[in-house]
Amino acid sequence: MIKTLTTTVPAALIALGLASTAQAEIKIGASISATGPAAFLGDPEAKTLEMLVEELNAKGGINGEQVELVLYDDGGDANKARTFATRLIEDDEVQAIIGGTTTGASMSILAVAEDAEVPFISLAGAIDIIQPVKPNTFKTPHTDRMACQKIFEDMKKQNITKIGLISGTDGFGASMQAQCKDVVGEYGIEIVADETYDPKDADMTAQLTKIRNAAGVQAVLNPGFGQGPSIVTRNYKQLAIDLPLYQSHGVASDGFIELAGKDAAEGVRLPGTALLVAELLADGDAQKPVVSAYKAAYEAKYKTPVSTFGGYAHDGFALLVDAITRAGSSEPAAIREALEGVKGLAGTTGIYTMTAEDHLGLDLTAFRMLEIKDGDWTIVE
Amino acid sequence: MSEFLQFLFSGLTVGAVYALVALGFTIIYNASGVVNFAQGEFVMLGGMITVFAHAAGLPLPLAALIAIAATAAIGVALNKLAIEPARGAPVVTLIIITIGASIFIRGAAQLIFGKQIHTFPAFSGDDPIHVMGATILTQSLWAIGGAAAVFVALWLFFTRTILGRAVLATSNNRLAAQLVGINTDFIMTLSFALSAGIGAFAGVLITPITMTSYDVGLGLALKGFAGAMLGGMGNPKGAFAGGLLLGLFEAMTAGYLSSQYKEAAAFVVILAVLFFMPQGLFGQKSTDRV
Amino acid sequence: MRLSSKHLTLIVMAALIAAAPFFFPSGYYFRVGALIFVNALAVTGIVILTGYAGQISLGHAGFAGIGGYACALAPVHLGLHPALAVVLGAVISAVLAFLVGRPILRLKGYYLGVASLGFGILVAMVLNNERGLTKGPDGIEVPDLGLRAVLKGWGLDLSNGEFWYAFTGICLVIGAWIALNLFNSPTGRALRALHGSEVAAGTVGIDVARVKLQAFVISAVYASVAGSLTALQNKFITPDIAGFMHSVEMVTMAVLGGVGSVPGAILGAGILTLLPQVLTVFAEYEQLILGLVMMLVMIFLREGLVPSILRKFRGRGE
Repeated sequence: MIKTLTTTVPAALIALGLASTAQAEIKIGASISATGPAAFLGDPEAKTLEMLVEELNAKGGINGEQVELVLYDDGGDANKARTFATRLIEDDEVQAIIGGTTTGASMSILAVAEDAEVPFISLAGAIDIIQPVKPNTFKTPHTDRMACQKIFEDMKKQNITKIGLISGTDGFGASMQAQCKDVVGEYGIEIVADETYDPKDADMTAQLTKIRNAAGVQAVLNPGFGQGPSIVTRNYKQLAIDLPLYQSHGVASDGFIELAGKDAAEGVRLPGTALLVAELLADGDAQKPVVSAYKAAYEAKYKTPVSTFGGYAHDGFALLVDAITRAGSSEPAAIREALEGVKGLAGTTGIYTMTAEDHLGLDLTAFRMLEIKDGDWTIVE
Repeated sequence: MSEFLQFLFSGLTVGAVYALVALGFTIIYNASGVVNFAQGEFVMLGGMITVFAHAAGLPLPLAALIAIAATAAIGVALNKLAIEPARGAPVVTLIIITIGASIFIRGAAQLIFGKQIHTFPAFSGDDPIHVMGATILTQSLWAIGGAAAVFVALWLFFTRTILGRAVLATSNNRLAAQLVGINTDFIMTLSFALSAGIGAFAGVLITPITMTSYDVGLGLALKGFAGAMLGGMGNPKGAFAGGLLLGLFEAMTAGYLSSQYKEAAAFVVILAVLFFMPQGLFGQKSTDRV
Repeated sequence: MRLSSKHLTLIVMAALIAAAPFFFPSGYYFRVGALIFVNALAVTGIVILTGYAGQISLGHAGFAGIGGYACALAPVHLGLHPALAVVLGAVISAVLAFLVGRPILRLKGYYLGVASLGFGILVAMVLNNERGLTKGPDGIEVPDLGLRAVLKGWGLDLSNGEFWYAFTGICLVIGAWIALNLFNSPTGRALRALHGSEVAAGTVGIDVARVKLQAFVISAVYASVAGSLTALQNKFITPDIAGFMHSVEMVTMAVLGGVGSVPGAILGAGILTLLPQVLTVFAEYEQLILGLVMMLVMIFLREGLVPSILRKFRGRGE
């Protein structure tokens, strides 16, 4: 009730023209899992958005208008995300929304955003978010399916035909596990062992032993994020399993090498983005300046290594800024229109070209197969 | 054989983690009848403070000692500020107070330590020990040994020392304990300090295995709680055995049945045990007073 | 006298629900209102279980999960209308509560806590793991209830937010009415007798096991219907609904408001639903403040808000 009054009174004053507000002219909303089980993904996303808005306003905003960020923490909970999406649209009256760290949260937000016809840029992996295409929903991360395809391509090149899968039971791991099982056949690869672990598990040697003993297994793939994959990597070394180990883009951060330990992480391959290998990119690479600038700014401000996930938020924001600049308007419909016209925009994740049929705008080339050598990333291709 | 042995080692490693957490519940429960759902946060604090003290340049043993002492102090504060004022409240109220405390400590840890995942080096290096084709990390042995040591110490404390008996007397009948000259306030303070200290000690031992972040406490508390209940709440023997058994069930289920349902199997076993032994494996029968 | 206090409670409730929208500055407040009503409905079930019968459950979110997923799955796989799916979910929850309740209600205090916790975790695990059916942790879409379109046909055109505010509000009033009636029924008296002392209740001829089981089954149905309403309102559901934290949330709401009283349940649900919305201002400090509020209320208003406040009023009046 108190809350109602405190918002009613100012709203009434504004309506009566009694209070003049020095409001920002462009309002962007965000609902992100800054806490909760997906905080490992959401925390860098929230930090990135806060940093970028600050940077942008210091430089004079978009088309001379300042940007205000309204950021809520949905804890990765779909029910909360829906409430915050409603709040962003109906109460804060934002012009666009970025967020939805988890697939569940993204699905909840997109329903609200589509109803209100407010453009929404999702930061979650599942392909269902943009397929079938919904008019107002876009997303920046690669789909899980693309990560699987990239990994299987690399396996195929090495004539690997039988693999073991060990996946986290969290949303990220489970979703990628399902997608990988779905596309694996196209590469002539067979999954001979399919194990899972809980993200909070302390030891995965039991599962890895089962995989090692599966007949003919030639490589192991571990979809997951957080500490799970680090423990898997350590246990892998503990058991001295002498097969190639593939991790997912869920651990594409310097933090992974640190947690798993240099020795254990040696030789691990994963599909990563340009962000991890900023220094290794060729000078002419369109992504190099973007990636280097973001990495330098983020690491200077927060003193922690950048991760792929913060990069998704960076790209989501860049897409919006680009769209609003080109549209010359911050009306939701105009932003939506302009987002479909994004062309050759270099982000940290890849180079985006959106169309009315493609609301992701990335292809497999945006992924780079990386290998950890001597405690650092190298590009395989 | 080597396969079974590896599952066994995996189960012992996980079980040692659960047992260490479960043992932490014991003293507070014995002194006050409260199951402290913030126990997992003590484990988190033990690991986290050690990480930051170590990163600040202190040697690991000193960092660990500081972490244990600081956490024990937090435990005492929890008792003085939240548990003592609510003395005599119903079980459900106490559950909510300790869950509230757990959320509060987690919120504070998130502000102070950030949301990154941390770890520090294992005490005796990363080279595993090989036994008949199976391997176990030396840190697992530290954890198992630590759990066993805490168990023995607690068992001796409760059965052989006057102080330990005073704790039990306090739990049994606070007024009667006071009448025979036990300083029950001191006993409560001591119990919380010891429980928190044991939790932090657990955090120090397991962080090189499980890693730590601000939000690991709740998961650990639930598993420790389940382990302690399986064995019988309040009994160090029960906590130790219950924790280890829970870990072994999970590992064996993951190894021989399905890793997807290993936790389900563990809870089914707990439900089954409680069905036949409502006080857990080693719990004492109690009669209701009217 | 007692009859009038029951009716007074219901009338005040209905009046508040009907009047509140006149003060709403935006559509978002309808959403918050609907969330409060759904939570309050689930918490009313906890009042019956914990407040009337004195039993603890740390796994009631499991029943909410069953109710929610019934609405997601039954229309697709069984061709049921979503409204019937709510009923189906409630029936499944009741049967499950009956089967599970028998063995676990023999346990006491913390042992009952861990057993119910185990049940809740098992449900959440099935929802997470049975990907083929539930689509796993990513969640699943839920068909539209269709009632809003029917109302539109009758000339009553409500926005989505307005519809769900009204619909969940009506459900809550009905739920509260049933709970208040139960309180004064023979079963209700038997329940309260065993809250006082099970042994004493047994000696005066109350079938303790049967009465406890009744409370457990009824409260499971409340949780299940609340889960269904959440699913139908969001048109999307994830296994979080069956998670441990949701169970704790329900119990906390009940105890915060005053576990023996239906208005208390509603107040508790209101406060704990609003709190995170208000605390967004403090962003980083949200968890800290939430934990603090839980502790402070429980320490200083041990019986919960409503009974503590009522006592104060009565104390002054006399």
